[in-house]
Amino acid sequence: MDAVSSLLDGFGTALTPSNLLVAAIGVVLGTAIGVLPGIGPAMAVALLLPVTYGLDPTAALIMFAGIYYGGMFGGSTTSILLNTPGETAAVVTAMEGHPMAKRGRGPQALAAAAIGHFIGGIVGTVLLVLLAPAVASLAVDIGAPDYFAIMVLAFVAVTSVLGKSRLRGFASLLIGLTIGLVGLDQLTGQARLTFGSLHLADGVDVVIVAVGLFAVGESLWVAAHLRHKLAEPIPVGRPWLGRGDVRRTWKPWLRGPFIGFPFGAIPAGGAEIPTFLSYVTEKRFSRHKDEWGKGAIEGVAGPESTASASAAGTLVTMLTLGLPTTAVAAVMLAAFQQYGIQPGPLLFERESALVWGLIASLFVGLVLLLVINLPMAPVWAKLLRIPRPYLYAGILFFASVGAYAVGGEVLDLLLLFAIGVLGFAMRRFGLPVLPAIIGVILGPAAELQMRRALQISDGNLSGLVNSPMAVTVYVVIALILAWPLIRKLTKRREQTPQEKVDA
Amino acid sequence: MSVETSTVEESTGTAERKSWWREHSELGMCAFLLLLGVLVLTEGLTLPTDFTTRGPLGPQAVPVAVGSLLVLISLLLARDVLRGGRGEAEGGEDIDLSTAADWRTVLLLAGAFLANAALIDVAGFPVSSAVMFWGAAYALGSRNFVRDPLIAAVLSVVTWVAFNELLGVPLPGGPLMGVF
Repeated sequence: MDAVSSLLDGFGTALTPSNLLVAAIGVVLGTAIGVLPGIGPAMAVALLLPVTYGLDPTAALIMFAGIYYGGMFGGSTTSILLNTPGETAAVVTAMEGHPMAKRGRGPQALAAAAIGHFIGGIVGTVLLVLLAPAVASLAVDIGAPDYFAIMVLAFVAVTSVLGKSRLRGFASLLIGLTIGLVGLDQLTGQARLTFGSLHLADGVDVVIVAVGLFAVGESLWVAAHLRHKLAEPIPVGRPWLGRGDVRRTWKPWLRGPFIGFPFGAIPAGGAEIPTFLSYVTEKRFSRHKDEWGKGAIEGVAGPESTASASAAGTLVTMLTLGLPTTAVAAVMLAAFQQYGIQPGPLLFERESALVWGLIASLFVGLVLLLVINLPMAPVWAKLLRIPRPYLYAGILFFASVGAYAVGGEVLDLLLLFAIGVLGFAMRRFGLPVLPAIIGVILGPAAELQMRRALQISDGNLSGLVNSPMAVTVYVVIALILAWPLIRKLTKRREQTPQEKVDA
Repeated sequence: MSVETSTVEESTGTAERKSWWREHSELGMCAFLLLLGVLVLTEGLTLPTDFTTRGPLGPQAVPVAVGSLLVLISLLLARDVLRGGRGEAEGGEDIDLSTAADWRTVLLLAGAFLANAALIDVAGFPVSSAVMFWGAAYALGSRNFVRDPLIAAVLSVVTWVAFNELLGVPLPGGPLMGVF
C-alpha cells in the first residue's frame, strides 16, 4: 500500500512540534472564526494569506486546512445558539439545532454537531487518502484541452448551479475574469489593462482581490445594514449525549459522509446542497417524525457530518486537479500559487511530502477540534457577544495589513478599497462573490491552457475537443446550461399528459 | 445632488422619478458592467498584434471575448431589471435588511480606511492603523473614549512588532517608532 506508507511519512511531517503548533493555531482560529458572526472561513483564509510570506508552504497549508475544518465546527455553534448560520454549510443545522437549544437540549445539539463533524471529517479524509492518489494518477495523462474543458466546467457550474440568478452569476464571473486579465500576457508578455502602470504589470495580487471582496466588501456591506438590536444567544452548558441520543445519531453520522464527500468533490458549491440532501434523507429514515421542526437530533447529526465530509471532498478536486469548488478552496489555491506550487496531478509526485503532511494534519486537526470543541463549547459561545464595532474594525484592520504587506505600497490599499467597493455593490445587487474569485484565480490558467491546446492543433478549433474526456466534459456543460430549458419542457409535459402519450 | 429650496413645492413628478431610480438602482450595476465591457473590448482590439504573436491565438482573443460577453450580460441584466427582476441583497448574521442603507456609517467607515492609506507612509503603520481602527469602531457606533483608542493602539503596535520581528515583513514604523 503506497498511500499508507506515504501517509505515515505525512504523519512524520504533521507531528513535528512546529507543525503541530500551526495545526493547533489553525483549528483554534478556525473555530473562533466559525463562531464569530460575519467572518466565514474563506474570509479568514484570505486575511491570513500574508502569513505565507513568513511560513514555509507546509506549515501555511496545514494552518489553512485547520481553519477550513475548524470553521465548519464553529459554524454550527452559531446556528444552534443564535439561529443565524454564518456559513452556508450550517444553514440546515439551524432548522433543527436551534429548536433543540430553545427546548433546553442545546448541549445535546452541540455534541451531536461536534461528533458529527469529527466522524464526517475522519470518513471524508480516509476517502481522500484512498481516492486522491488514484484520481491524480488518472489525471496525469490529461492534456491542455482537457484542462481547459474542466475549467470551463468549473466556471459554468459555479455560476449556474449555485445562486438564484444565473445572469448575476455570469456577471460576477466576468468581473473576476477581467481582474484576472490585468497584467502582462503570459505567452507574449504584452501589457493588458495596465493603463501604463508598472505596478499593474504584475497583475492585481490575488491577496488583494480575495481580501477586498471578502473582508472589505463585507465590512462596508454590514456597515450599511448593521443590526442594532443583537440577537441574544441561548446560554448553554457543556455538550453531552445520553444513550438514547447516541442510538438516534450514529446512523446519521455514518450516512452523512457518503452524501457530503461526492458533492464536495464536484464543482457544485461545497456543502450547501449535500447538507440539505442529508436533512431530507434523515427525515425520511427517522422514527421520530413528530419531532422534526421542533428539534430532532438526527437533523443536526446528519447534515453536520455531511458538511465536514464535503470539505474533504473539496480537497480531492483541489489537490488532484487544481480545481477549487468552494471559496475556501479557491483562496487556498491562491496560497499554493503564492509559493509557486501548482496543484494538479503532478502535485502528489513533485510535492509528495507537502501533500501527505497536509493530509495527515487533517487527521491531527480533527482530533484537536474534537478536544477543543466538546468541553469548551460554552467558552466559544461567549464569542457571540463580541461588540460588533470592534469586530468589523478589526476585520478592516487586518485586511489593510494584508494588502499593504504584499508590496508595501499605498496603491495596493487604494486598489483594495476599490475592490471592496465592488464587493459591496455585488452584495447589494445579489451578485455572488464565488464566481468572481474563481474567475480571478482560474481565468489566467484557463487562457493559458486554451492557447496551448490551439497551438498544438495549429489553430484548428477541433484541438479543443480532440480527447474523449474533453468531449464528455463539454456534454456535461451543455446539460448544465440547458437544464432550465429541459425542466421547463418536462414540466409542460406533465401538465398536458396527452402530449406525453404522443411522444 | 438636488438642492431643495422649499420642500412644499417639491412636485410629485420628481419624487416619482426619484423612487423609480431607487427601485431600479441595479441599472447602475448594468452601466458599470457595460463600461467595463467596452473598456476590455477596446483594450483587446487595440493591442498590437503584429509582433511576437506565438500560436494562432494572440493575447487579444480573451479580452475581446470577455469584453463582448460583459456587454452582452450588461444588456441582458438591464432587460431583466426593467422587467422587474431584482438581485437579492445578501443577508448575514449582523445584517438587518429591513432597514434602509445607512450611508453615513458606510462613508465614515470608508473615510477611516482611506485615512490609513493617506497616513501610512507619513505617520507610519502604528499611528495610521490605530487611527483607522478607532475611526472604524466610531463609525460603527462605539463611543467608549478610553477603551476604543486603547484597543486601537495596542492592536497596532502588537501587529507592527509581530510583522517586523516574527514574520519578517517590514511595515513602516514612522517617526513615532523611530523614537524607541
